[in-house]
Amino acid sequence: MTRYIFCLLLLLPSAIWAQEDLLAILDEETEEVETKVEAIFKGTRLINGHTVETRDRNNLDFIISHRFGRLNGGAYEFFGLDQSNVRLGLDYGLTDNINLGIGRSSFEKTFDGYFKYAFVHQTSGKRNVPVSATLLSSISIKTLRQREFEELTFSQKIAYTHQVLIARKFSSAFSMQVMPTLIHFNAIEPTDERNNVFAAGIGGRIKLNKRVSLNAEYYYQFQRKDPLSKNVIAIGFDIETGGHVFQLQLTNAQAMIEKGFLAETTGDFFNGDIHFGFNISRTFQLK
Amino acid sequence: MAIVLAQSSAKAQSRLIDRSGTVSFYSSAPMEDIEATNNSALGIVEIPSGKAAVSILIKGFKFEKALMQEHFNENYMESDKYPKATFSGQIADPSMLAKLGSFQTEIQGQMTLHGVTKDLTMLCQFNVSEKEITVKSTFNLVVADYDIEIPKLVRNNIAKEVEVTANFKFQRND
Repeated sequence: MTRYIFCLLLLLPSAIWAQEDLLAILDEETEEVETKVEAIFKGTRLINGHTVETRDRNNLDFIISHRFGRLNGGAYEFFGLDQSNVRLGLDYGLTDNINLGIGRSSFEKTFDGYFKYAFVHQTSGKRNVPVSATLLSSISIKTLRQREFEELTFSQKIAYTHQVLIARKFSSAFSMQVMPTLIHFNAIEPTDERNNVFAAGIGGRIKLNKRVSLNAEYYYQFQRKDPLSKNVIAIGFDIETGGHVFQLQLTNAQAMIEKGFLAETTGDFFNGDIHFGFNISRTFQLK
Repeated sequence: MAIVLAQSSAKAQSRLIDRSGTVSFYSSAPMEDIEATNNSALGIVEIPSGKAAVSILIKGFKFEKALMQEHFNENYMESDKYPKATFSGQIADPSMLAKLGSFQTEIQGQMTLHGVTKDLTMLCQFNVSEKEITVKSTFNLVVADYDIEIPKLVRNNIAKEVEVTANFKFQRND
């Protein structure tokens, strides 16, 4: 009898082994890989400013942005819709991590160009990198004609912006970003105080469903160019439909480039100086 | 006696694993054709029982267009929530595995995709040699069966039914 039980005991492990699910074996076989966290944000713009996202190599993004007039203009101004500022822009993916962009804003007839480099990627799995980080450097040239006696030289019309964008996708529904920023104006108005603006921004998105997210963005200026300038606040929605991303927003800024919305915003959000606006982007894959 | 029995039962089933199987799918719609391939599909086959299983990481599917890949993961497959697709099944005629040559047989089993498990039967082409066993199968999946929503706006871009092709090569290492 004891012998019989002994036999059974010996048989037991192999019997269990034979019963084991093949999928469980495959689970053990699955090598842990390092996965890049994708789509921290839907678009390359959070609302006014950039996100850490870059377009992949050979992708060309055409972005049309509008900011209407102030909502508190009332019925006479059709709540701001009578006025409109436009920026037309092209973003190009030189590599998956390096993007170049150009744009033209109707506001002060400004041309802008930027260089964007995603140098850290949030990853999960084998190696965990907690955040993604992207460097943004942009230049803008105001070409609005000044009155003759105060005609500016070319270099005086230039402003530079440098930003480090740091973002983390906490879950598929929630991402946050911080943006330390330096802006330098080659020339300033007599009423202005400083050429350099130091600011820090915070922003994020909450996905309401698979294709719609609620975004918010705020920049605080530690050192202002114009002492009367206001900090920019924006809230908006991202609506994604295939190759398009529609962004609808409310913001106190009228300009759509960093040096403008960040340092030259005069509208007071809580006084109703709010502009309705939208960005539409369409991505083309070139090859 | 016990030792003999244990050995024989351990030896009875040999398992062959392929770590770099290829699984691709093809969607043909009026506006565009979409194709994606995963070259690191895991496959296992047990001989002579004829049990087989496949496990695939959804994020391993590579698309031609970067945005398609992003939408595939974010909007359709929700790969953060459902990282894997798995299949486990039984070869209808496992006795054929013992012979050399090629033959066709069905594999019946269950497919789990996007968190939904459905019965699935696929016709497979086997090729058995002394060195390896290759398996090839092409079958159709109805996207809606797996609770994957296609919004109206992109109905013309994404097919309701996608054609899946799987290729595995199991080396016999003994």
